[in-house]
Amino acid sequence: MNIYLDVFLTFSKIGAFTLGGGYAMLPLIEREVVDNKHWLQKEEFLDVIAVAQSLPGVMAVNTSIFIGYRLKGVLGSIVSLLATVLPSFVIILLIAMFFTHFKDNAVVAAIFKGIRPAVVALIAVPVFTTAKSAGITWKTVVIPIIAAILISFLGVSPIWIVLVAGLGGLIYGKFTGNTKQAEE
Amino acid sequence: MIYLQLFLTYLKIGLFGFGGGYAMLSFIQDEIVVKHQWISVNDFTDIVAVSQMTPGPIGINTATYVGYTVTGSVWGSVVATTAICIPSLVLVLLISYFYEKFRNNKTIASIFSGIRTVVVGLIAAAAISLITPETFIDYYSWIFFIVSFVLVRVLKLNPILLIIIAGGAGWLLYG
Repeated sequence: MNIYLDVFLTFSKIGAFTLGGGYAMLPLIEREVVDNKHWLQKEEFLDVIAVAQSLPGVMAVNTSIFIGYRLKGVLGSIVSLLATVLPSFVIILLIAMFFTHFKDNAVVAAIFKGIRPAVVALIAVPVFTTAKSAGITWKTVVIPIIAAILISFLGVSPIWIVLVAGLGGLIYGKFTGNTKQAEE
Repeated sequence: MIYLQLFLTYLKIGLFGFGGGYAMLSFIQDEIVVKHQWISVNDFTDIVAVSQMTPGPIGINTATYVGYTVTGSVWGSVVATTAICIPSLVLVLLISYFYEKFRNNKTIASIFSGIRTVVVGLIAAAAISLITPETFIDYYSWIFFIVSFVLVRVLKLNPILLIIIAGGAGWLLYG
């Protein structure tokens, strides 16, 4: 099979069949790219994930661009990007076109009154799980708390928080000369 | 001009949206709901619910949805979704090119370790910002919230199942 077609089909399969996004997509990407297609070694895949995670943007998109580039350069990365995005693009577009008509329906409105607080809980849970994986300790816990307060109650843009945090990390690194990247 | 605004806004989200998925929500919410007021907090929460139940990453899902709702046209979706992907494409290509240098660069590692410490705060902010009088309409909402939290955190309930259960309970209670 043509490699571009193969890349396109593989990544559109990944895009079409992973619910939940983000971390939920990683096992499927690994199975396709490492186990089935042998495009990357397991270690290479873990390296790609580590970098894709630390970059801004949608992680699954970052990962697919990386792998596409490894396989076939810039064109390969564009093919894998399009393939990853296309399935959810089509599905959400259809929902956006039709959902607006259902929204004022009494039953749908009642259903979503129940769903909204549950969604907030869904977002609240990873606060605790991410705190663990990000290596937040009792000493550093004050930093994310201040960040959350600044954004939620004082209307500070998250962009400033990220810029200041990056700068803070840079200064801290220069002072201590530590190399914390070994943690991962 | 709405297309240009949409493009620039999602470009910004793609460029600064560190921490993936849920952390990105705080950027999206800040730009889309608070600053531009393109959609209401209710609509935003509904999109998050819908993207949990449909395939693909949340960042892409919200871009596609908001792009369409704001412009009423497929082109709005195309513009927003393209814009959120451009920074990823540019950055990943640059880094692939300078891969080895990037991996072992202490300065970059320090910057990222700084950003990692606030990602948790970004996710918390996304959750807090969604607790409004529109989404939490009465004390039942708080019961929904607490029960959902326990189901997912302690009993590891699947998010899709949770949304289906919460929707069913909402229908029984408010329908």
